[in-house]
Amino acid sequence: MNHESKLPALVPPRNTTARPYPGPRPTPPDDLDRAIAALRQALEAEVGRPRLKPGTAHSQRPDRRPDWRAGSDLPRHSPDSAQRPLPQNTAQNSGPALDRPLLARRVTVLHFPRFSMERWLRAAQRRGEEFPDDLAIALAVEGAHGPVIHATNRAAEQQGVQIGSRVVDMRALCPDLHLDFADTRADLAALDRLVLWARRWCPWTARDGDRGIVMDTTGSDHLLGGEAAMLREIEERLSALGLSSTLAVAPTHGAAWALARFGTAREICAAPDLPQRMARLPVKALRLTGDTVLLLQRLGLKTVGDLAAVPRLSLARRFSRAPLAENPLLRLDQMMGRLAEPISAPEDPPRFAVRSRLAEPVQDPTAWLPDLCLELCGGMAAAGYGARRLRVTVYRTDGEVSWAEVATARPSRDASHLRRLFDGKLDRIDPGFGFDLITLSATVVEKLQTIQTRLDRQADDGAELGKLVDRLTARLGGGALRMPTARSSHIPERAENWTAATAEAPPPVHDAPSERPLRLFDHPEEVRVLYAVPEGPPAQFVWRRLTFKVSRFAGPERVAPEWWADLPGTRLRDYYRVETHIGRRIWLYRDGVLGDGRGDIPRWFVHGVFA
Amino acid sequence: MHSAPPRPKTPTDVLRSRLRDTAMTAERGTQATLAEVFSEQAVDGAPIAFAVAHLRADKPVLWVQDRMSRRETGRPYLAGLPVPLRILHVTVSKPADLLWTMEEALGCPALGGVLGEVWGDPAVLDFTATKRLALRSEAHGVPAWLIRRAAHPNLSAARERWRVDSLPSLPDPDDQRAPGLPLWQADLFRSRWRQPGQWVVRHDQDGLSFEHGVDRPDVSVAPHDTAPQSLRI
Repeated sequence: MNHESKLPALVPPRNTTARPYPGPRPTPPDDLDRAIAALRQALEAEVGRPRLKPGTAHSQRPDRRPDWRAGSDLPRHSPDSAQRPLPQNTAQNSGPALDRPLLARRVTVLHFPRFSMERWLRAAQRRGEEFPDDLAIALAVEGAHGPVIHATNRAAEQQGVQIGSRVVDMRALCPDLHLDFADTRADLAALDRLVLWARRWCPWTARDGDRGIVMDTTGSDHLLGGEAAMLREIEERLSALGLSSTLAVAPTHGAAWALARFGTAREICAAPDLPQRMARLPVKALRLTGDTVLLLQRLGLKTVGDLAAVPRLSLARRFSRAPLAENPLLRLDQMMGRLAEPISAPEDPPRFAVRSRLAEPVQDPTAWLPDLCLELCGGMAAAGYGARRLRVTVYRTDGEVSWAEVATARPSRDASHLRRLFDGKLDRIDPGFGFDLITLSATVVEKLQTIQTRLDRQADDGAELGKLVDRLTARLGGGALRMPTARSSHIPERAENWTAATAEAPPPVHDAPSERPLRLFDHPEEVRVLYAVPEGPPAQFVWRRLTFKVSRFAGPERVAPEWWADLPGTRLRDYYRVETHIGRRIWLYRDGVLGDGRGDIPRWFVHGVFA
Repeated sequence: MHSAPPRPKTPTDVLRSRLRDTAMTAERGTQATLAEVFSEQAVDGAPIAFAVAHLRADKPVLWVQDRMSRRETGRPYLAGLPVPLRILHVTVSKPADLLWTMEEALGCPALGGVLGEVWGDPAVLDFTATKRLALRSEAHGVPAWLIRRAAHPNLSAARERWRVDSLPSLPDPDDQRAPGLPLWQADLFRSRWRQPGQWVVRHDQDGLSFEHGVDRPDVSVAPHDTAPQSLRI
């Protein structure tokens, strides 16, 4: 039994006089009167202070943005109010005087009830996997006692699969459950991208939890024909992205959050209706933790109205030390607009683009590229960024647009290097009748600090190598340049990982435990072999229509298949290092042994060549 | 931004320094230049091991193969290389791309060497192309090795031209039936700075050693015209 449930239930008092409830330490009445008087004085002093009008911050924002902007990492705060300190449990019956400027804002909350699942379904669709609608699908995350359900689709929900319960229990409930693991980090990244995408409706958007977006749409709804039309458009566009959403507009973040989850479809709540509308919602709508909601329900406070009817003083004393997420009084104040909750919107990612407007149409953009590169690199240097991907776009006189794109192995703002990457790429641009506008934009940028790696005026090898990798990749394509790295495996062809080349290569691991050839064939070549005994070394073999006599040999070295990676019927290999009569050293293997039950007479292959 | 790379030597600088250093012997082992290695047999590991043994392991090496070389002779295998290398491997389909890649890479001072494998006698690999490679290699101090398979030693500006083949190996001291330390027959048939000659080469912990014969009766050594001497690089 929880110790909190032993507390006496709070009964909403009939009269409004604040009476301290009989707790273990009753407050003397004269102390209480003194405290109330001091608070009232403080409040009057605060209300009397001049306050920033909500419109002023908007008017300070520049209308036209420059072509490049570098974002500071500090979050922007919506022009809500002068940042007031969070009041600490104002123990007053009526609370602070109703703050009109706070209630004058319009806040929209988008809630995505099935965000992870819909992302996963889209990714599966892109891979070509189709799932019927009635198949129960669930995504799991690792919990304290094994995996727990993180997201479900509608079919799984109808069969009783609950979010937060353990996977083994839900498997027992629904044996056909199709299960996969959720990628919560990618979900958050996708939501962050969606936050930037939502800037089409208003400039202040921020992530709200792990499946929601909050937007300050004050004054921007009329651009879309009013709030109802705006909500309809948002919902349509989100469903075109494959996301189901529930939305609401309310004067405060808390109220919009509650209505998006517990209200009707696309609900709009005006400021005067706020107390009545909120009173009917359950206490769960207050953004409290599960334990606090349970506690409130045990205290008999089922709805927000019940909670609002409790004297502030009792709530303030009960939850004096609780943090925000467990404090019903602060959450209630936020919902009712008595407590400011500015939306802290992240800065836009920096964009770098320069353009060159030509007096008359030309056919070849090469001559303009050096100046464009210089200008772009100047902008990136001023902001401390380097380009990973560049795009030259030409706008033809007949309205067509074509472009060429290059990528770099590491961020760079070296103008001559970036220009050289376009060598040969611009020939593929179809100029048509000529073009009169060229833009050069860095589509992917990364932070690039100015570093000095050496003191002796020598070049930094990594930077030089990165430039070489860029040039080779730009001309030969990304697949041509590879880099082998050692990997722990007994199978010779799996002991190397051929990955895309980067400038930062891992050091070579050279601990050759046994004799290995210096050349390996991509596909082992079959040879015809003469041998004295089937399990023994070859005496003579025919490879590429030439007959080789084996003069010396070493082996066999037996390499067993990797049971965790190979198919069940894979045979073991016996490798022989042989030297032929003309002095060439070759690596041969016999695929399996006679009588291993995995095939006929074993075949022989040449797999490599020694020095 | 990074500090700028050192200014590459112009061909004039190279020639001037060579004039100053009349004793070419001091420069022989350290001068980075273009060398070609031929082989009688198309599939033989000896020319590769010979070239790799000349490279330094402290910097990465760019290894270019054309498609035919890769299909016929396989790809480099890290665990078996005589020197532990960091490899950047490029597969190209045309010999012109191979030459362009080598030329680009020779301008990068971060590389320890550039190794190209060409199959046959492509028309683009002529005297001019090899001269460009040689000058660029000397100007930037990056050694270049061209491994020629199924090719004829036509006109070329490579400063050193080798013909390397496998010889029967030394006996393994632990196992009489097994092949031991490999031996190669190296024939320097054209060189700009030293006498051509023929050697039996082996590569062990101490590096490459060139000898005019081995003390083993069954190894056939080509007749030599110069006085027997031992040379170690």
